[in-house]
Amino acid sequence: MIGFPLMQVVHRLSLYACPVSAGFPSPADDYLEGRLDLNQYLIKHPTATFFVRVTGDSMIGAGIHTGDILIVDRALEARDGKVIIAVVNGELLVKRLRIEKKKVYLASENSDYPPLVITDLMDFEMWGVVTTVIHPL
Amino acid sequence: MNSIALVDCNNFYVSCERAFQPWLQGKPMVVLSNNDGCVVARSPEAKALGIAMGTPLFRIRDQITQHNIHVFSSNYSLYGDLSQRVMASLQQFSPMVEIYSIDEAFLGLTSNQHHSEYGQLMRRVIKQQVGIPVSVGIAPTKVLAKVAMEVAKRSESGVFCLACGEDAEPILRTMPIGAMWGIGQRLTEWFTARGITTALQFKYADSGLVHRKMGVVGQRLRMELHGIPCLPLELIPKTKHETGVSRSFAEPITTLTDLQTAMAVFVSRAAEKLRRQGQLASVMAVFARTSHFVESPMAIFHTVALPAPTNYTPVLLKWSGAILQVIFRPGYLYKKAGVVMSGLQPMSHRQGDLFDQSLSLEREKQLMDVVDQLNGRFGRDTINFGITRKRQDWRTRCTRRSPRFTTCWDELPTVKAGTFEVTPQSRPLFVILAPDQRGMFSGAPPLGS
Repeated sequence: MIGFPLMQVVHRLSLYACPVSAGFPSPADDYLEGRLDLNQYLIKHPTATFFVRVTGDSMIGAGIHTGDILIVDRALEARDGKVIIAVVNGELLVKRLRIEKKKVYLASENSDYPPLVITDLMDFEMWGVVTTVIHPL
Repeated sequence: MNSIALVDCNNFYVSCERAFQPWLQGKPMVVLSNNDGCVVARSPEAKALGIAMGTPLFRIRDQITQHNIHVFSSNYSLYGDLSQRVMASLQQFSPMVEIYSIDEAFLGLTSNQHHSEYGQLMRRVIKQQVGIPVSVGIAPTKVLAKVAMEVAKRSESGVFCLACGEDAEPILRTMPIGAMWGIGQRLTEWFTARGITTALQFKYADSGLVHRKMGVVGQRLRMELHGIPCLPLELIPKTKHETGVSRSFAEPITTLTDLQTAMAVFVSRAAEKLRRQGQLASVMAVFARTSHFVESPMAIFHTVALPAPTNYTPVLLKWSGAILQVIFRPGYLYKKAGVVMSGLQPMSHRQGDLFDQSLSLEREKQLMDVVDQLNGRFGRDTINFGITRKRQDWRTRCTRRSPRFTTCWDELPTVKAGTFEVTPQSRPLFVILAPDQRGMFSGAPPLGS
Protein backbone atom coordinates (compact mmCIF):
# COMPACT_ATOMS: atom_id res chain seq x y z
CA MET A 1 0.00 0.00 0.00
CA ILE A 2 2.92 2.30 0.65
CA GLY A 3 4.17 2.36 -2.90
CA PHE A 4 0.82 3.08 -4.50
CA PRO A 5 0.19 6.73 -3.55
CA LEU A 6 3.81 7.49 -4.28
CA MET A 7 3.42 6.32 -7.86
CA GLN A 8 0.41 8.57 -8.23
CA VAL A 9 2.41 11.59 -7.16
CA VAL A 10 5.11 10.83 -9.71
CA HIS A 11 2.40 10.64 -12.33
CA ARG A 12 1.00 14.00 -11.51
CA LEU A 13 4.36 15.72 -11.63
CA SER A 14 5.13 14.37 -15.06
CA LEU A 15 2.59 16.81 -16.47
CA TYR A 16 4.81 19.74 -15.68
CA ALA A 17 7.77 20.91 -17.65
CA CYS A 18 10.25 19.75 -15.05
CA PRO A 19 9.99 17.73 -11.87
CA VAL A 20 10.24 19.60 -8.60
CA SER A 21 13.08 17.40 -7.40
CA ALA A 22 15.37 18.89 -10.06
CA GLY A 23 15.83 22.12 -8.17
CA PHE A 24 14.30 25.38 -9.34
CA PRO A 25 10.95 24.92 -11.04
CA SER A 26 10.74 26.06 -14.62
CA PRO A 27 9.54 29.68 -14.75
CA ALA A 28 7.23 28.61 -17.57
CA ASP A 29 5.24 26.25 -15.35
CA ASP A 30 2.78 28.95 -14.37
CA TYR A 31 2.07 29.64 -18.02
CA LEU A 32 1.30 26.14 -19.23
CA GLU A 33 -1.91 26.35 -21.22
CA GLY A 34 -2.17 23.00 -22.92
CA ARG A 35 -1.45 22.19 -26.54
CA LEU A 36 -3.34 23.76 -29.39
CA ASP A 37 -6.15 21.47 -30.39
CA LEU A 38 -7.16 21.38 -34.06
CA ASN A 39 -10.44 19.68 -33.21
CA GLN A 40 -11.38 22.57 -31.01
CA TYR A 41 -10.34 25.07 -33.67
CA LEU A 42 -12.05 23.46 -36.64
CA ILE A 43 -15.11 21.81 -35.13
CA LYS A 44 -17.75 24.01 -33.53
CA HIS A 45 -20.52 21.42 -33.31
CA PRO A 46 -18.93 18.01 -32.62
CA THR A 47 -22.17 16.01 -32.66
CA ALA A 48 -23.18 17.48 -36.03
CA THR A 49 -19.78 17.38 -37.73
CA PHE A 50 -18.77 14.69 -40.20
CA PHE A 51 -15.81 14.06 -42.50
CA VAL A 52 -16.29 13.14 -46.14
CA ARG A 53 -13.88 12.40 -48.98
CA VAL A 54 -14.08 14.17 -52.34
CA THR A 55 -14.03 12.46 -55.69
CA GLY A 56 -14.01 14.58 -58.87
CA ASP A 57 -12.70 17.97 -59.95
CA SER A 58 -15.78 20.16 -60.34
CA MET A 59 -14.90 22.24 -57.25
CA ILE A 60 -11.28 22.83 -58.08
CA GLY A 61 -11.79 26.63 -58.22
CA ALA A 62 -12.74 26.55 -54.54
CA GLY A 63 -9.53 24.70 -53.70
CA ILE A 64 -11.29 21.34 -53.37
CA HIS A 65 -9.40 18.54 -55.10
CA THR A 66 -10.16 14.91 -55.60
CA GLY A 67 -9.07 12.87 -52.57
CA ASP A 68 -9.39 15.82 -50.15
CA ILE A 69 -11.25 15.47 -46.88
CA LEU A 70 -13.98 18.00 -46.12
CA ILE A 71 -15.21 18.96 -42.68
CA VAL A 72 -18.99 19.22 -42.87
CA ASP A 73 -21.07 20.93 -40.19
CA ARG A 74 -24.70 19.89 -40.35
CA ALA A 75 -25.75 22.37 -37.68
CA LEU A 76 -24.99 25.42 -39.84
CA GLU A 77 -27.58 27.10 -42.00
CA ALA A 78 -26.95 26.76 -45.73
CA ARG A 79 -26.94 30.25 -47.20
CA ASP A 80 -26.27 31.72 -50.61
CA GLY A 81 -22.61 31.36 -51.52
CA LYS A 82 -21.79 28.55 -49.07
CA VAL A 83 -20.11 25.39 -50.24
CA ILE A 84 -22.52 22.65 -49.27
CA ILE A 85 -23.09 18.92 -49.39
CA ALA A 86 -26.44 18.18 -50.98
CA VAL A 87 -28.32 14.99 -51.73
CA VAL A 88 -29.57 15.08 -55.31
CA ASN A 89 -31.42 12.03 -56.57
CA GLY A 90 -29.90 9.90 -53.85
CA GLU A 91 -26.33 11.03 -54.39
CA LEU A 92 -24.04 13.09 -52.14
CA LEU A 93 -22.64 16.08 -54.04
CA VAL A 94 -20.36 18.96 -53.10
CA LYS A 95 -21.43 22.24 -54.75
CA ARG A 96 -21.71 25.96 -54.14
CA LEU A 97 -25.23 26.96 -53.20
CA ARG A 98 -26.75 29.89 -55.09
CA ILE A 99 -30.08 31.38 -54.16
CA GLU A 100 -31.42 34.07 -56.50
CA LYS A 101 -34.92 35.39 -55.95
CA LYS A 102 -36.93 32.21 -56.24
CA LYS A 103 -34.38 30.13 -58.06
CA VAL A 104 -32.03 27.76 -56.26
CA TYR A 105 -29.10 26.27 -58.09
CA LEU A 106 -25.94 24.37 -57.40
CA ALA A 107 -22.85 25.85 -59.01
CA SER A 108 -19.53 24.21 -59.73
CA GLU A 109 -16.13 25.87 -59.50
CA ASN A 110 -14.94 24.56 -62.83
CA SER A 111 -16.12 25.87 -66.20
CA ASP A 112 -16.44 22.30 -67.54
CA TYR A 113 -19.46 21.75 -65.32
CA PRO A 114 -22.68 23.71 -65.86
CA PRO A 115 -24.76 24.77 -62.85
CA LEU A 116 -27.66 22.59 -61.84
CA VAL A 117 -31.00 24.27 -61.27
CA ILE A 118 -33.01 22.60 -58.55
CA THR A 119 -36.57 21.89 -59.61
CA ASP A 120 -39.53 20.46 -57.76
CA LEU A 121 -39.14 17.27 -59.75
CA MET A 122 -35.77 16.57 -58.20
CA ASP A 123 -35.19 14.66 -55.05
CA PHE A 124 -33.17 17.34 -53.25
CA GLU A 125 -32.02 17.59 -49.65
CA MET A 126 -29.53 19.85 -47.91
CA TRP A 127 -27.02 17.62 -46.10
CA GLY A 128 -24.54 20.03 -44.53
CA VAL A 129 -22.27 23.04 -44.88
CA VAL A 130 -18.58 22.55 -45.72
CA THR A 131 -16.42 24.55 -43.33
CA THR A 132 -12.89 23.36 -44.14
CA VAL A 133 -10.89 21.51 -46.79
CA ILE A 134 -8.09 19.24 -45.66
CA HIS A 135 -5.70 19.17 -48.60
CA PRO A 136 -2.25 17.62 -48.28
CA LEU A 137 0.50 19.42 -50.20
CA MET B 1 -46.86 19.65 -14.07
CA ASN B 2 -43.66 18.31 -15.52
CA SER B 3 -43.64 15.93 -18.44
CA ILE B 4 -41.56 13.11 -19.84
CA ALA B 5 -40.59 12.96 -23.50
CA LEU B 6 -39.59 9.62 -24.98
CA VAL B 7 -37.40 10.02 -28.05
CA ASP B 8 -37.05 6.90 -30.21
CA CYS B 9 -34.99 6.65 -33.39
CA ASN B 10 -37.03 5.24 -36.25
CA ASN B 11 -35.71 1.86 -37.49
CA PHE B 12 -32.39 2.95 -36.02
CA TYR B 13 -29.91 0.64 -37.79
CA VAL B 14 -31.62 1.17 -41.12
CA SER B 15 -31.59 4.94 -40.60
CA CYS B 16 -27.87 4.85 -39.80
CA GLU B 17 -27.17 3.08 -43.09
CA ARG B 18 -29.31 5.58 -44.99
CA ALA B 19 -27.70 8.62 -43.38
CA PHE B 20 -24.60 8.04 -45.51
CA GLN B 21 -26.15 6.12 -48.38
CA PRO B 22 -29.11 8.29 -49.34
CA TRP B 23 -29.87 6.24 -52.45
CA LEU B 24 -31.25 3.58 -50.09
CA GLN B 25 -34.13 5.88 -49.15
CA GLY B 26 -37.41 4.21 -50.01
CA LYS B 27 -35.77 0.86 -50.82
CA PRO B 28 -36.59 -2.31 -48.92
CA MET B 29 -33.64 -3.17 -46.68
CA VAL B 30 -32.74 -5.25 -43.64
CA VAL B 31 -29.84 -5.36 -41.19
CA LEU B 32 -28.62 -8.73 -39.90
CA SER B 33 -27.45 -9.76 -36.44
CA ASN B 34 -23.87 -10.63 -35.58
CA ASN B 35 -22.64 -13.35 -37.93
CA ASP B 36 -25.37 -12.52 -40.43
CA GLY B 37 -27.73 -14.85 -38.61
CA CYS B 38 -31.12 -13.20 -38.63
CA VAL B 39 -32.94 -9.95 -39.30
CA VAL B 40 -32.58 -7.37 -36.50
CA ALA B 41 -33.79 -4.22 -38.29
CA ARG B 42 -36.13 -3.62 -41.21
CA SER B 43 -36.99 -0.59 -43.27
CA PRO B 44 -40.71 0.22 -43.56
CA GLU B 45 -40.59 -1.17 -47.10
CA ALA B 46 -39.22 -4.50 -45.83
CA LYS B 47 -41.87 -4.58 -43.11
CA ALA B 48 -44.50 -4.06 -45.78
CA LEU B 49 -43.15 -7.13 -47.57
CA GLY B 50 -43.98 -9.12 -44.46
CA ILE B 51 -40.42 -9.80 -43.27
CA ALA B 52 -40.61 -10.43 -39.55
CA MET B 53 -38.10 -9.41 -36.90
CA GLY B 54 -35.73 -12.25 -36.09
CA THR B 55 -36.24 -14.18 -39.34
CA PRO B 56 -33.10 -16.20 -40.22
CA LEU B 57 -31.40 -15.03 -43.39
CA PHE B 58 -31.78 -18.38 -45.17
CA ARG B 59 -35.57 -18.22 -44.87
CA ILE B 60 -35.83 -14.99 -46.87
CA ARG B 61 -33.30 -15.63 -49.65
CA ASP B 62 -36.02 -15.94 -52.27
CA GLN B 63 -37.72 -12.73 -51.18
CA ILE B 64 -34.38 -10.92 -51.25
CA THR B 65 -33.84 -11.81 -54.88
CA GLN B 66 -37.45 -11.30 -55.88
CA HIS B 67 -37.90 -7.85 -54.32
CA ASN B 68 -34.28 -6.74 -54.56
CA ILE B 69 -34.00 -6.24 -50.81
CA HIS B 70 -30.73 -4.65 -49.69
CA VAL B 71 -29.06 -6.70 -46.98
CA PHE B 72 -26.51 -5.36 -44.50
CA SER B 73 -24.37 -6.98 -41.83
CA SER B 74 -24.57 -5.02 -38.61
CA ASN B 75 -22.08 -2.16 -38.42
CA TYR B 76 -21.89 -1.45 -34.70
CA SER B 77 -19.06 1.08 -35.07
CA LEU B 78 -21.43 3.24 -37.10
CA TYR B 79 -24.54 2.65 -34.98
CA GLY B 80 -22.64 3.29 -31.75
CA ASP B 81 -21.21 6.57 -33.01
CA LEU B 82 -24.52 7.87 -34.33
CA SER B 83 -26.27 6.81 -31.14
CA GLN B 84 -23.80 8.86 -29.10
CA ARG B 85 -24.40 11.84 -31.37
CA VAL B 86 -28.18 11.59 -31.02
CA MET B 87 -27.90 11.34 -27.23
CA ALA B 88 -25.47 14.28 -27.08
CA SER B 89 -27.78 16.38 -29.28
CA LEU B 90 -30.68 15.69 -26.94
CA GLN B 91 -28.79 17.40 -24.12
CA GLN B 92 -29.54 20.75 -25.75
CA PHE B 93 -33.26 20.18 -25.20
CA SER B 94 -33.18 19.21 -21.55
CA PRO B 95 -30.63 18.91 -18.78
CA MET B 96 -32.37 15.69 -17.75
CA VAL B 97 -31.68 12.92 -20.25
CA GLU B 98 -31.89 9.22 -19.43
CA ILE B 99 -30.28 7.09 -22.11
CA TYR B 100 -32.56 4.07 -22.12
CA SER B 101 -31.07 2.06 -24.98
CA ILE B 102 -28.97 2.50 -28.11
CA ASP B 103 -31.89 4.25 -29.82
CA GLU B 104 -34.17 5.52 -27.03
CA ALA B 105 -33.96 8.24 -24.39
CA PHE B 106 -36.30 9.79 -21.84
CA LEU B 107 -36.14 13.57 -21.34
CA GLY B 108 -37.53 15.60 -18.48
CA LEU B 109 -39.53 18.62 -19.71
CA THR B 110 -40.86 21.51 -17.67
CA SER B 111 -44.45 22.63 -17.83
CA ASN B 112 -43.94 25.99 -19.50
CA GLN B 113 -42.92 24.45 -22.82
CA HIS B 114 -45.28 23.99 -25.71
CA HIS B 115 -44.72 20.30 -25.83
CA SER B 116 -45.90 19.48 -29.34
CA GLU B 117 -43.84 22.24 -30.89
CA TYR B 118 -40.87 21.33 -28.74
CA GLY B 119 -41.16 17.73 -29.91
CA GLN B 120 -41.25 18.92 -33.51
CA LEU B 121 -38.14 21.02 -32.92
CA MET B 122 -36.25 18.02 -31.49
CA ARG B 123 -37.24 15.97 -34.49
CA ARG B 124 -36.12 18.61 -36.96
CA VAL B 125 -32.81 19.27 -35.24
CA ILE B 126 -31.83 15.60 -34.82
CA LYS B 127 -32.74 14.87 -38.43
CA GLN B 128 -30.79 17.81 -39.80
CA GLN B 129 -27.77 17.63 -37.52
CA VAL B 130 -27.22 13.90 -37.11
CA GLY B 131 -29.29 12.63 -40.04
CA ILE B 132 -31.46 10.29 -37.97
CA PRO B 133 -35.28 10.51 -38.01
CA VAL B 134 -36.85 10.20 -34.56
CA SER B 135 -40.35 10.00 -33.09
CA VAL B 136 -41.34 11.74 -29.88
CA GLY B 137 -43.99 10.70 -27.35
CA ILE B 138 -44.73 13.16 -24.54
CA ALA B 139 -46.82 12.45 -21.44
CA PRO B 140 -46.89 12.99 -17.68
CA THR B 141 -45.24 9.60 -16.94
CA LYS B 142 -42.78 7.21 -18.59
CA VAL B 143 -45.38 4.50 -19.16
CA LEU B 144 -47.76 6.99 -20.78
CA ALA B 145 -44.88 8.35 -22.86
CA LYS B 146 -44.44 4.80 -24.18
CA VAL B 147 -48.15 4.77 -25.01
CA ALA B 148 -47.85 8.15 -26.75
CA MET B 149 -44.92 6.75 -28.72
CA GLU B 150 -47.13 4.01 -30.17
CA VAL B 151 -49.28 6.75 -31.69
CA ALA B 152 -46.37 9.04 -32.64
CA LYS B 153 -44.72 6.27 -34.65
CA ARG B 154 -47.80 5.79 -36.78
CA SER B 155 -48.56 9.47 -37.22
CA GLU B 156 -47.46 11.70 -40.04
CA SER B 157 -45.98 14.30 -37.70
CA GLY B 158 -43.96 11.81 -35.62
CA VAL B 159 -44.89 13.59 -32.40
CA PHE B 160 -47.73 12.82 -30.02
CA CYS B 161 -48.63 14.42 -26.70
CA LEU B 162 -50.80 13.18 -23.88
CA ALA B 163 -51.63 15.97 -21.44
CA CYS B 164 -53.02 13.67 -18.75
CA GLY B 165 -53.97 10.08 -17.94
CA GLU B 166 -57.55 10.42 -19.20
CA ASP B 167 -56.34 11.49 -22.65
CA ALA B 168 -54.73 8.09 -23.07
CA GLU B 169 -57.92 6.10 -22.57
CA PRO B 170 -59.09 5.89 -26.20
CA ILE B 171 -55.64 4.50 -27.07
CA LEU B 172 -55.50 2.11 -24.12
CA ARG B 173 -58.91 0.74 -25.11
CA THR B 174 -57.53 -0.65 -28.36
CA MET B 175 -54.09 -1.49 -27.05
CA PRO B 176 -53.59 -5.22 -26.36
CA ILE B 177 -52.13 -5.78 -22.92
CA GLY B 178 -49.13 -7.55 -24.44
CA ALA B 179 -48.13 -4.34 -26.23
CA MET B 180 -47.64 -2.58 -22.89
CA TRP B 181 -44.21 -1.74 -21.60
CA GLY B 182 -43.15 -4.37 -19.05
CA ILE B 183 -45.83 -6.93 -19.90
CA GLY B 184 -44.23 -9.95 -21.54
CA GLN B 185 -45.55 -13.16 -23.01
CA ARG B 186 -46.20 -14.92 -19.69
CA LEU B 187 -47.97 -12.01 -18.02
CA THR B 188 -50.06 -11.50 -21.16
CA GLU B 189 -51.28 -15.09 -20.93
CA TRP B 190 -51.94 -14.81 -17.21
CA PHE B 191 -53.99 -11.61 -17.53
CA THR B 192 -55.80 -12.79 -20.64
CA ALA B 193 -56.91 -15.90 -18.77
CA ARG B 194 -58.49 -13.55 -16.23
CA GLY B 195 -60.31 -11.50 -18.84
CA ILE B 196 -57.87 -8.61 -18.90
CA THR B 197 -56.93 -8.22 -22.55
CA THR B 198 -56.47 -4.49 -23.10
CA ALA B 199 -54.27 -1.87 -21.48
CA LEU B 200 -57.40 -0.02 -20.36
CA GLN B 201 -58.68 -3.11 -18.52
CA PHE B 202 -55.29 -3.36 -16.85
CA LYS B 203 -55.51 0.26 -15.77
CA TYR B 204 -58.79 -0.42 -13.95
CA ALA B 205 -57.96 -3.96 -12.88
CA ASP B 206 -58.29 -4.96 -9.24
CA SER B 207 -55.29 -3.56 -7.44
CA GLY B 208 -54.94 -6.71 -5.28
CA LEU B 209 -54.90 -8.92 -8.36
CA VAL B 210 -52.14 -6.90 -10.02
CA HIS B 211 -50.16 -6.78 -6.80
CA ARG B 212 -50.47 -10.52 -6.27
CA LYS B 213 -49.05 -11.27 -9.71
CA MET B 214 -46.58 -8.48 -10.30
CA GLY B 215 -45.88 -6.98 -6.89
CA VAL B 216 -44.84 -3.38 -6.60
CA VAL B 217 -43.70 -3.33 -10.23
CA GLY B 218 -47.26 -3.90 -11.41
CA GLN B 219 -48.62 -1.30 -9.02
CA ARG B 220 -46.22 1.28 -10.39
CA LEU B 221 -47.18 0.41 -13.94
CA ARG B 222 -50.84 0.93 -13.08
CA MET B 223 -50.21 4.21 -11.26
CA GLU B 224 -48.20 5.51 -14.20
CA LEU B 225 -51.13 4.69 -16.50
CA HIS B 226 -53.26 6.87 -14.21
CA GLY B 227 -50.78 9.69 -14.77
CA ILE B 228 -49.03 9.45 -11.41
CA PRO B 229 -45.24 9.34 -11.91
CA CYS B 230 -43.63 6.38 -10.14
CA LEU B 231 -40.62 5.75 -12.35
CA PRO B 232 -38.18 8.64 -12.01
CA LEU B 233 -35.63 9.45 -14.69
CA GLU B 234 -32.38 7.61 -14.11
CA LEU B 235 -29.83 10.25 -14.93
CA ILE B 236 -26.79 8.38 -13.68
CA PRO B 237 -26.09 5.25 -15.71
CA LYS B 238 -26.27 2.11 -13.61
CA THR B 239 -22.93 0.51 -12.96
CA LYS B 240 -22.69 -2.81 -14.70
CA HIS B 241 -22.59 -5.91 -12.57
CA GLU B 242 -21.48 -8.18 -15.34
CA THR B 243 -19.76 -7.87 -18.65
CA GLY B 244 -19.19 -10.51 -21.25
CA VAL B 245 -18.22 -11.35 -24.78
CA SER B 246 -19.47 -14.33 -26.75
CA ARG B 247 -19.74 -15.31 -30.39
CA SER B 248 -21.09 -18.06 -32.57
CA PHE B 249 -18.59 -19.58 -34.94
CA ALA B 250 -19.22 -19.62 -38.66
CA GLU B 251 -17.41 -22.99 -38.80
CA PRO B 252 -17.60 -25.11 -35.66
CA ILE B 253 -14.44 -25.52 -33.61
CA THR B 254 -13.19 -29.01 -32.78
CA THR B 255 -9.76 -28.70 -31.20
CA LEU B 256 -8.60 -27.40 -27.85
CA THR B 257 -6.02 -25.06 -29.42
CA ASP B 258 -8.57 -23.40 -31.65
CA LEU B 259 -10.99 -22.99 -28.79
CA GLN B 260 -8.27 -21.48 -26.62
CA THR B 261 -7.39 -19.08 -29.40
CA ALA B 262 -10.97 -17.99 -29.88
CA MET B 263 -11.45 -17.66 -26.14
CA ALA B 264 -8.30 -15.53 -25.92
CA VAL B 265 -9.88 -12.98 -28.27
CA PHE B 266 -13.08 -12.90 -26.23
CA VAL B 267 -11.14 -12.52 -22.98
CA SER B 268 -9.03 -9.70 -24.48
CA ARG B 269 -12.21 -7.90 -25.56
CA ALA B 270 -13.87 -8.40 -22.19
CA ALA B 271 -10.76 -7.11 -20.40
CA GLU B 272 -10.78 -4.09 -22.70
CA LYS B 273 -14.42 -3.44 -21.79
CA LEU B 274 -13.61 -3.70 -18.09
CA ARG B 275 -10.83 -1.15 -18.43
CA ARG B 276 -13.03 1.22 -20.39
CA GLN B 277 -15.64 0.98 -17.63
CA GLY B 278 -12.95 1.47 -15.00
CA GLN B 279 -13.73 -1.88 -13.42
CA LEU B 280 -12.00 -5.00 -12.13
CA ALA B 281 -13.44 -8.51 -12.25
CA SER B 282 -13.22 -10.88 -9.33
CA VAL B 283 -14.99 -13.80 -11.03
CA MET B 284 -14.54 -15.16 -14.53
CA ALA B 285 -16.72 -17.75 -16.25
CA VAL B 286 -15.86 -19.38 -19.57
CA PHE B 287 -18.18 -21.55 -21.60
CA ALA B 288 -18.43 -23.31 -24.93
CA ARG B 289 -21.30 -25.25 -26.41
CA THR B 290 -22.40 -27.23 -29.40
CA SER B 291 -25.34 -26.19 -31.55
CA HIS B 292 -28.75 -26.54 -29.90
CA PHE B 293 -29.95 -28.30 -33.01
CA VAL B 294 -27.75 -31.38 -32.94
CA GLU B 295 -28.85 -34.74 -31.59
CA SER B 296 -27.17 -34.44 -28.21
CA PRO B 297 -26.33 -30.83 -27.42
CA MET B 298 -23.50 -30.38 -24.94
CA ALA B 299 -21.97 -27.47 -23.06
CA ILE B 300 -18.82 -27.02 -21.04
CA PHE B 301 -18.74 -24.33 -18.40
CA HIS B 302 -16.51 -23.30 -15.55
CA THR B 303 -16.37 -20.39 -13.14
CA VAL B 304 -13.29 -19.31 -11.28
CA ALA B 305 -12.84 -16.78 -8.49
CA LEU B 306 -9.74 -14.80 -9.36
CA PRO B 307 -7.09 -14.55 -6.61
CA ALA B 308 -7.33 -10.75 -6.79
CA PRO B 309 -9.74 -8.57 -8.78
CA THR B 310 -8.12 -7.63 -12.07
CA ASN B 311 -8.60 -6.40 -15.61
CA TYR B 312 -5.07 -7.26 -16.69
CA THR B 313 -5.32 -9.23 -19.91
CA PRO B 314 -2.32 -11.56 -19.44
CA VAL B 315 -3.60 -12.82 -16.09
CA LEU B 316 -7.09 -13.39 -17.45
CA LEU B 317 -5.68 -15.17 -20.51
CA LYS B 318 -3.65 -17.48 -18.30
CA TRP B 319 -6.80 -18.46 -16.43
CA SER B 320 -9.03 -18.93 -19.44
CA GLY B 321 -6.42 -21.11 -21.15
CA ALA B 322 -5.99 -23.24 -18.06
CA ILE B 323 -9.72 -23.66 -17.51
CA LEU B 324 -10.31 -24.83 -21.07
CA GLN B 325 -7.44 -27.27 -20.70
CA VAL B 326 -9.33 -28.91 -17.86
CA ILE B 327 -12.92 -28.79 -19.08
CA PHE B 328 -12.41 -29.34 -22.82
CA ARG B 329 -14.07 -32.45 -24.20
CA PRO B 330 -12.84 -33.66 -27.57
CA GLY B 331 -15.12 -35.08 -30.22
CA TYR B 332 -17.67 -32.28 -30.25
CA LEU B 333 -18.42 -29.51 -32.72
CA TYR B 334 -18.33 -26.31 -30.68
CA LYS B 335 -20.62 -23.71 -32.19
CA LYS B 336 -20.48 -20.94 -29.62
CA ALA B 337 -18.19 -19.82 -26.81
CA GLY B 338 -17.73 -16.88 -24.54
CA VAL B 339 -16.58 -15.38 -21.30
CA VAL B 340 -18.48 -13.56 -18.56
CA MET B 341 -16.75 -11.33 -16.03
CA SER B 342 -18.60 -10.67 -12.78
CA GLY B 343 -18.05 -9.54 -9.23
CA LEU B 344 -17.12 -6.21 -10.73
CA GLN B 345 -15.74 -3.39 -8.64
CA PRO B 346 -14.43 0.05 -9.47
CA MET B 347 -10.70 0.28 -10.15
CA SER B 348 -10.43 3.12 -7.67
CA HIS B 349 -11.36 0.73 -4.86
CA ARG B 350 -8.60 -1.73 -5.62
CA GLN B 351 -7.23 -3.22 -2.43
CA GLY B 352 -3.63 -4.15 -2.10
CA ASP B 353 -3.04 -7.67 -0.85
CA LEU B 354 -0.90 -8.77 2.01
CA PHE B 355 2.23 -8.96 -0.12
CA ASP B 356 2.30 -5.49 -1.45
CA GLN B 357 2.16 -5.51 -5.24
CA SER B 358 1.20 -1.94 -5.87
CA LEU B 359 4.26 -1.28 -7.95
CA SER B 360 3.56 -4.17 -10.30
CA LEU B 361 -0.14 -3.26 -10.36
CA GLU B 362 0.83 0.18 -11.53
CA ARG B 363 3.05 -1.33 -14.22
CA GLU B 364 0.22 -3.58 -15.36
CA LYS B 365 -2.02 -0.56 -15.62
CA GLN B 366 0.51 1.40 -17.63
CA LEU B 367 1.00 -1.49 -20.06
CA MET B 368 -2.76 -1.88 -20.56
CA ASP B 369 -3.16 1.88 -21.01
CA VAL B 370 -0.61 1.82 -23.80
CA VAL B 371 -2.29 -1.18 -25.46
CA ASP B 372 -5.72 0.46 -25.27
CA GLN B 373 -4.44 3.79 -26.56
CA LEU B 374 -2.69 2.21 -29.54
CA ASN B 375 -5.73 0.15 -30.40
CA GLY B 376 -7.92 3.21 -29.96
CA ARG B 377 -5.80 5.27 -32.30
CA PHE B 378 -4.84 2.77 -34.98
CA GLY B 379 -7.78 0.41 -34.89
CA ARG B 380 -8.69 -2.70 -32.98
CA ASP B 381 -6.06 -5.42 -32.71
CA THR B 382 -3.22 -3.14 -33.77
CA ILE B 383 -1.46 -4.85 -30.94
CA ASN B 384 -2.78 -7.88 -29.17
CA PHE B 385 -1.59 -10.99 -27.44
CA GLY B 386 0.18 -13.67 -29.46
CA ILE B 387 -2.30 -16.41 -28.76
CA THR B 388 -5.15 -14.47 -30.34
CA ARG B 389 -3.46 -14.54 -33.75
CA LYS B 390 -3.23 -18.27 -34.26
CA ARG B 391 -6.44 -18.80 -36.13
CA GLN B 392 -8.70 -16.25 -37.71
CA ASP B 393 -11.31 -17.93 -39.84
CA TRP B 394 -13.94 -18.37 -37.15
CA ARG B 395 -14.20 -14.63 -36.66
CA THR B 396 -17.42 -12.73 -37.03
CA ARG B 397 -18.97 -13.23 -40.41
CA CYS B 398 -20.12 -9.90 -41.69
CA THR B 399 -19.59 -9.88 -45.38
CA ARG B 400 -22.20 -7.26 -46.09
CA ARG B 401 -21.07 -4.64 -43.63
CA SER B 402 -21.18 -1.06 -44.89
CA PRO B 403 -18.11 1.17 -44.41
CA ARG B 404 -17.45 2.56 -40.92
CA PHE B 405 -18.31 6.04 -42.19
CA THR B 406 -17.66 7.97 -39.00
CA THR B 407 -14.94 6.05 -37.18
CA CYS B 408 -12.39 5.06 -39.80
CA TRP B 409 -10.34 7.38 -42.04
CA ASP B 410 -10.18 4.83 -44.84
CA GLU B 411 -13.92 4.40 -44.98
CA LEU B 412 -15.27 7.98 -45.03
CA PRO B 413 -18.35 8.62 -47.14
CA THR B 414 -17.49 9.96 -50.58
CA VAL B 415 -19.07 13.06 -52.04
CA LYS B 416 -19.04 13.68 -55.73
CA ALA B 417 -17.59 16.80 -57.34
CA GLY B 418 -18.64 16.17 -60.91
CA THR B 419 -21.50 15.61 -63.30
CA PHE B 420 -24.89 14.57 -62.09
CA GLU B 421 -26.10 11.09 -62.59
CA VAL B 422 -29.78 11.03 -63.27
CA THR B 423 -30.27 7.44 -62.24
CA PRO B 424 -27.98 6.18 -59.51
CA GLN B 425 -29.70 2.78 -59.74
CA SER B 426 -26.75 1.06 -61.32
CA ARG B 427 -24.54 1.79 -58.31
CA PRO B 428 -23.07 -1.18 -56.47
CA LEU B 429 -24.41 -1.56 -52.98
CA PHE B 430 -21.12 -0.50 -51.48
CA VAL B 431 -17.43 -0.94 -51.89
CA ILE B 432 -15.10 -1.33 -48.94
CA LEU B 433 -12.42 1.18 -49.81
CA ALA B 434 -9.49 -0.35 -48.01
CA PRO B 435 -9.24 -4.03 -47.19
CA ASP B 436 -9.22 -4.66 -43.52
CA GLN B 437 -5.82 -5.34 -41.96
CA ARG B 438 -6.96 -8.80 -41.13
CA GLY B 439 -8.43 -9.32 -44.56
CA MET B 440 -11.75 -9.99 -42.85
CA PHE B 441 -14.05 -8.10 -45.11
CA SER B 442 -13.99 -8.88 -48.72
CA GLY B 443 -16.63 -6.35 -49.74
CA ALA B 444 -18.86 -9.08 -51.05
CA PRO B 445 -21.39 -8.18 -53.73
CA PRO B 446 -24.96 -7.65 -52.63
CA LEU B 447 -27.12 -10.69 -52.27
CA GLY B 448 -29.12 -11.58 -55.29
CA SER B 449 -26.84 -9.93 -57.79
